[in-house]
Amino acid sequence: MGADNADPMDEDRVEEVGAEASADSRVVYEDFSPDYLRIYYARLFPYAEIYKWLSYGHDGKHPGCDATIMSRREFSFTLEHDIYIRYLSFHDVAEMEATIKSKCPHKIDIGALYNVEPAKRSAYAGGSDRVFASVERELVFDIDMTDYDDIRTCCSGADICLKCWPLMNVAIKILDTVLREDFGFEHLLWVYSGRRGVHCWVCDTRARRLSNEARSAIARYLTLYKGNENTTKKVSLTGPSLHPALSRAYEICRGYFEEHILPNQGLLRSEEQFDKVLELVPDESVRTQMRDRWKRASTSKDDVSAIRWKHLKQTLENKKLAPSVRRSVEEIVFSYTYPRLDIEVSKHMNHLLKAPFCIHPKTGRVCVPIDPLDCDNFDPTTVPTLGQLLYDLNNEGGKAGPEVKDLEKTSLNAAVRLFQTKFLDPLQRANKAEITCSYQQKLQQTSATNVLSW
Amino acid sequence: MEFRSRASHVKLNGAVKAYGVGGGGSRVSMYLVAPDVDVSLEDFEQYALDRLRVLIAIEENRSRGKRAEEVDSAVSDLWKKHMRTVHSDAQQQKDVISHFVLRLVHCRTEELRRWFMEMETALFRFRFKAESPESQKAFIEDHKLPYKSISSGEFEAMKEKLAQVMRSSNQSASLIGETNFYKVPFEEVLDLVATRRVYVHQGHAFVPRDQLVTIVSNHFRSMLSQSLILTNRNWTAMFAAQEEDRLSPILEALSKRYLAPDYSKSVSGSSVALQDLDGLAMRSFPLCMRHLYLKLQEDHHLRHGGRQQLGLFLKGIGLKLEDALAFWRGAFAPRMPAEKFDKEYAYNVRHNYGKEGKRTDYTPYSCMYIIMSNPGVGDHHGCPFRHFSAENLHAALSGMRLEPKTIDEVMEKTRGRHYQLACAATFEGSHNCQCDGINHPNQYFSQSQNYLKEQAENASQMETDS
Repeated sequence: MGADNADPMDEDRVEEVGAEASADSRVVYEDFSPDYLRIYYARLFPYAEIYKWLSYGHDGKHPGCDATIMSRREFSFTLEHDIYIRYLSFHDVAEMEATIKSKCPHKIDIGALYNVEPAKRSAYAGGSDRVFASVERELVFDIDMTDYDDIRTCCSGADICLKCWPLMNVAIKILDTVLREDFGFEHLLWVYSGRRGVHCWVCDTRARRLSNEARSAIARYLTLYKGNENTTKKVSLTGPSLHPALSRAYEICRGYFEEHILPNQGLLRSEEQFDKVLELVPDESVRTQMRDRWKRASTSKDDVSAIRWKHLKQTLENKKLAPSVRRSVEEIVFSYTYPRLDIEVSKHMNHLLKAPFCIHPKTGRVCVPIDPLDCDNFDPTTVPTLGQLLYDLNNEGGKAGPEVKDLEKTSLNAAVRLFQTKFLDPLQRANKAEITCSYQQKLQQTSATNVLSW
Repeated sequence: MEFRSRASHVKLNGAVKAYGVGGGGSRVSMYLVAPDVDVSLEDFEQYALDRLRVLIAIEENRSRGKRAEEVDSAVSDLWKKHMRTVHSDAQQQKDVISHFVLRLVHCRTEELRRWFMEMETALFRFRFKAESPESQKAFIEDHKLPYKSISSGEFEAMKEKLAQVMRSSNQSASLIGETNFYKVPFEEVLDLVATRRVYVHQGHAFVPRDQLVTIVSNHFRSMLSQSLILTNRNWTAMFAAQEEDRLSPILEALSKRYLAPDYSKSVSGSSVALQDLDGLAMRSFPLCMRHLYLKLQEDHHLRHGGRQQLGLFLKGIGLKLEDALAFWRGAFAPRMPAEKFDKEYAYNVRHNYGKEGKRTDYTPYSCMYIIMSNPGVGDHHGCPFRHFSAENLHAALSGMRLEPKTIDEVMEKTRGRHYQLACAATFEGSHNCQCDGINHPNQYFSQSQNYLKEQAENASQMETDS
């Protein structure tokens, strides 16, 4: 399929591609190629939905709308050959669409909302009144499977499979619960990162206006796992009881630990494995007792890990042991399942994060949204790839009538529907209410007591 | 903000009445808007001075390492003492006016702003903490702060979770139920959130009442910070020029607060011997200490204010405790037997050196502190440039053997109320070197000693050379 000249996309070429393919259904589509990407941007990328999201209702006609909101948002592109452009911004959806189509970026990042257009920032350098500064930015989280490499035995590095993917589910469930219940946020967008992780965008107005310190505080509230390969104990629980947020998280973690992680990763199967787990128990006699017992037993049974875990739990329930030793049950479960997030991503307003519906160049997979309430049914290995989308276009395209939109011919349709119904629609309703309400307030405001005089 | 041009009065104009009205009639204010009143120039300055005394004393108390309760009771006394008015309803007005005047004084530089913010926040914190729970609640409502006390129904529902949080951070859960809990936006207690030491639900954090004082004080501080920047901008843009002759000098004088290091620990290696004191007094003591020293020799007595001022100064220059006791005992000897001295005065000397009571090492007084003091009849402490009459000052300066030209310069600076510059002029007159300003009597002393040492070294150098 490879074309080597950089001709701008035109309708004729698409037909050509289509014709070639349908002529020979044994053609194999690559997962990713710059040409496919061109077609993707020409026909499938959901510009309108992304634009509506980031406008937060200000793309309407209401007098309370701030028409500059989109032009002050930073985007960055990574082009072919790793060329990187920052501080891009668009005045309207047409400009965004035209720019993306013409530049065909391999990656699109979304940055912060600034006080002025990023393109005009050099006019605002220097002087205390005229600074180029970020004013708003979604609260974001990034969970990456490579941060769990020390506990995965099924894959390593960039690979993922259904044995280790449950670690992402547990992270999604815990973060989603904390953000909604503890912090009261409502508009969360979970996105598959395209290869080995997930991103979360918290889009409530209150979240967008958080200071860096507040973002850092929330990330630390969510952090339990500390340390590196040099420290043995990475989760350490002090105090006679757990914080309510942690005891709630424990219930979620325990389920995933016992049903998925323990058996899938064979955590107590081999001696090397169970030694690693036993290291987390701060009592020599218990460790020795378990080691002796397990070394003698055979490891042929499938559920050996589950059986051994039961042994360990029963032993640690012994009330004669010190509380810190009995606590190691929770510590073990948390060590293996509690979310490990990259604090640096969440701390800074200016951090650029990949946009949803981008294509991951290494895998060709689309960064599709994930429904947190249904994340157990999300299968990263069946996420549509660029090649698959093209196949859909070419094959379904032939069968469907002219009134069927391109998107609906492909497996991407479900993803865009999910984005629209589960995330964008509620957000739009909230935006409208908010814009109307704050406009009313502004009209009513006179010189109230809250106005600072000298 | 408006300053009318009538020379003897200042009109402070604000849109709305500032001080705490409503509900519980809280006496504490957030100073949001300036009061709408006419103030005489005397009151303008005097109120500010009185408040400044309180703020400076807060600083001194804090830097002496006193415990929180002691600082609180000291502040309480200071407030009652300095901020009293003839009519009790004028008291709130004095509170607010003095705050706003000091805001003008301290808005111009980062350092001034920071100091003012620190001290005002400490003052606010103390006063807010002392209010009753009902009064605090009224205050929060009046100012529309987003902090709500939770109903007993809400409390019952989350009691268990609150207890769990306390236990998880190794705090006693028995306090639950005895303290009132408040619901605040989680952004107000980020430290507690980050370390999971607070219960968070639907974006609210639930904090006990004593935490609330900190939250409200933090809010006060950030409001004040913004206001100071605004005040600076407004003043510079609108009034600085027209008030150059009237208000600016007053503000300028009020802002000259001592900011250099304190002399609580005498410079290492420098200690003075008892027998050297006479010579040192003549050569290197600033006028205030020289005066006290001479009066002590003359009367064989000093009242408390003088003993403190001179005694701490001597400690600062390196006089050891045993020598100090000998010095004072000897100085008082013609008028009282040693036993009486030991019984009634020795304790205080030892106290100043941190050897009695709670053993805090007291710092020698700075120029600002001394200038602010109020010597009465029979007292000899204070700042001569501030507290002496013109003739007495002239006489004292002649006693220092200064040239008439220098004396005139000093007198003129004194008339302009630039006391510390006047002192610096005496330094320049008696030592042959430049001095930019004196902020602390011990500074005068060390500068003098350094100069004389240098002179001695140069002299011996020339001897060896020739």
